[in-house]
Amino acid sequence: MIEVEDLRVRFGQNEVVKGVSFSVPRGASFGLVGESGSGKSTILRAFSGLNPAWTGRMALDGARLSPKRDKGFFRRVQMVFQDPYGSLHPRQTVDRALSEPLLVHGIGDAQPRILRALAEVALPQAVRFRYPHQLSGGQRQRVAIARALMAEPEVLLLDEPTSALDVSVQAEVLNLLADLQQARGLTYVMVTHNLAVVTHLCARVGVMQGGELVEELSAGDLRAGRTKHPHTADLRALTLNLEEPDL
Amino acid sequence: MNALTRDWLLSDSPASRRQAAWGRRYRLWLQFRGHGLAMAGLCVIVFVVFVSALAPLLAMQDPGAQDLAARLAPPSAAHWLGTDELGRDLYSRLVYGGRITLGMVLAVVVLVAPFGLAVGCVAGYAGGVADKVLMRVTDIFLAFPRLVLALAFVAAMKPGVESAVFAIALTAWPPYARLARAETLTFRNTDFVAAVRLTGASASRIVLRHIAPLCVSSMIVRVTLDMSSIVLTAAGLGFLGMGAQPPSPEWGAMIASARRFMLDEWWVPAIPGLAIFVVSLAFNLLGDGLRDVLDPKQS
Amino acid sequence: MLVEIRNLSIRFPTPRGETEAVRGVSLSLGQEKLGIVGESGSGKSLTARSILKLLPSNARISAERLAFDGTDVLSASEADMRAIRGRRAGLILQDPKYALNPVMTAGSQIAEAWRAHRPAGARAGRKEAAEAAVDLLAQVQIRDPGRVAGAYPHELSGGMGQRVMIAMMLAPSPDLLIADEPTSALDATVQAEILRLIEDLVSRRGMGLILISHDLPLVSHVCDRVAVMYAGQVVEELPARDLRHARHGYTRGLLECLPSLIHPQQRLKVLNRDPAWLDPTGVPR
Repeated sequence: MIEVEDLRVRFGQNEVVKGVSFSVPRGASFGLVGESGSGKSTILRAFSGLNPAWTGRMALDGARLSPKRDKGFFRRVQMVFQDPYGSLHPRQTVDRALSEPLLVHGIGDAQPRILRALAEVALPQAVRFRYPHQLSGGQRQRVAIARALMAEPEVLLLDEPTSALDVSVQAEVLNLLADLQQARGLTYVMVTHNLAVVTHLCARVGVMQGGELVEELSAGDLRAGRTKHPHTADLRALTLNLEEPDL
Repeated sequence: MNALTRDWLLSDSPASRRQAAWGRRYRLWLQFRGHGLAMAGLCVIVFVVFVSALAPLLAMQDPGAQDLAARLAPPSAAHWLGTDELGRDLYSRLVYGGRITLGMVLAVVVLVAPFGLAVGCVAGYAGGVADKVLMRVTDIFLAFPRLVLALAFVAAMKPGVESAVFAIALTAWPPYARLARAETLTFRNTDFVAAVRLTGASASRIVLRHIAPLCVSSMIVRVTLDMSSIVLTAAGLGFLGMGAQPPSPEWGAMIASARRFMLDEWWVPAIPGLAIFVVSLAFNLLGDGLRDVLDPKQS
Repeated sequence: MLVEIRNLSIRFPTPRGETEAVRGVSLSLGQEKLGIVGESGSGKSLTARSILKLLPSNARISAERLAFDGTDVLSASEADMRAIRGRRAGLILQDPKYALNPVMTAGSQIAEAWRAHRPAGARAGRKEAAEAAVDLLAQVQIRDPGRVAGAYPHELSGGMGQRVMIAMMLAPSPDLLIADEPTSALDATVQAEILRLIEDLVSRRGMGLILISHDLPLVSHVCDRVAVMYAGQVVEELPARDLRHARHGYTRGLLECLPSLIHPQQRLKVLNRDPAWLDPTGVPR
């Protein structure tokens, strides 16, 4: 479904993504982990079309992507951002946010679609005409997910979707994402710094360091410690140290 | 009934977009109501608007009617604020003058604010060459002293209210363009604009429906604060003989024609002066209050 | 006792009456490391900041006792509080980017903090202060303290900025350090280093530490004692090593809903909020 080959992204003189390649089959989840500045979010933004300054080859469902995307692309690929406080327009109600993709793509019967979308992300009807500042962090992230699903995409790009949320809300959102994937057969690419989160949702994990994909392994191998690159081992050790300090 | 509408406005789960929007406005109004000085400013302006609108009913006589026998009379029961050098009733002139002043302010704002907003939003969102060109043009207009450019412009056309309005508008828009551009720059890289771009929306839709509405609140604040200087510039042009022309009761022109009597019949120039002072102060107080409510990050 | 809080309540006025953000919290702290854990809006930051009287101006605060090292904070004047803030108790915030002055070098900011809090009479020269600043930067384990002292905040990484912040707070040798989510803006590797540094400095200097965080495992890793806050109340207070045997449903729920690297679950448990947790009489102590 997704193919990325030798992707390079520059900001001025700095090359922040240095030739990254990976592929994700339809209906699968791929996780990218790494520290800030490792280039993991930049890959997502380049694939989504938000950053056109890249070289290499990226393809969606076999069709090669150009830096400029057409409307059809945005019906198939959507993104959920890290900060639920920043990703919703502060002066627009939930209803307006959800109807925007419908208006852009000329999709009819907005009312039932919006109600269905709210139900799908387990939000009560009462929030439909609220402004973002009247919602909790978890509710906002649900709205952001609902908005991404309005145009019925096949691929969802998740940029740290739970790291700004409380742990109890994180569990709810991760469960929701798992349910949605099963119900709709979505393909996920998730960026995070949290190994426990990434192995929970993604079967395959790519580890980024300094703009390079230093290792790609299965979630099972990462759990069991069958790592090849020292950076992967370091990240795993830090997580374990907090999870099981006695080991 | 009152409690019912209040509950409707403050509802946590509105049932329509209209209710949500009115609820938001009502909450802003509740906040604004707490500012004593701003409320005073609002009251003064509402009062002046009211008086200007009802000028034909409130005035005691025709603002142009002369009575040379009673020239430069002090305030009395017949002439509440006295008369000027041609025996015209100052109270009636003041009431009609409010129409001219407010009309000029309104005309300038209607011309300037949307234009500045459009230029600023386009420059800020498009970036690149468009931004450079638009902003350099803005800089050129900013480089002229306001009153001097207005004077030159009016002198080149024919003096009058319309020319004064155009002249003030010509010098008033650049700060709005600057402000709108600065705001647009802060919004254009936010996640919520990125999310709209990812729906596939066109650039014009993003600017018109998502970015421009966010700039409006700071524009309102700026416009309100600017109104006092528009009042003053209009009066200044009137005073210099480049704005409203003598028979019409514009406040600045009234001071100009009465300045010879400053020492002996001081109330003749002082009364329109006081009106200018009160109205521009009221606009400033209102603007300060609006800034606290609409633009909390700046206070 | 370094800090004594008894029955603290913090309320905020809203258009629809008052809301109580902190409801009857009692805590005490000696020379030890106390963690306050809770979700956003649980009142954990407000509770810790009330010790320094650093609350939003519209907050209404009341308590049976709120004391820092014997000084009654509630009746203390602003001048008394200034003598406590910075000099006797330091506050480390989440993001050093906003807490450091962008137009002063790291070294001069630390030097200024050091000079401002010298005891009266002990006047110190510029040179002496600059040396003290470099020395403090070395104490927070910066390898090249001379270079960092001359750098501006935007030239420093997040972890380095947080170290500078800590050095600044240590300058007057305080008795208490309050760290409000000190590492949540940092990477995991840097987070571990900063926490080790704070832990080490606190035990070496015999200070008290209040660590505020939403991360239960992290807090129990660093602290001796953990207070768990829910909706403005302390629902459970327990030694950090007993966290696994927490009794309160909320604490247990928080631990269970974390995804785990080594114990994979098909589906994450979610926290079912029991209305009884809100009832102050129902809180097991």
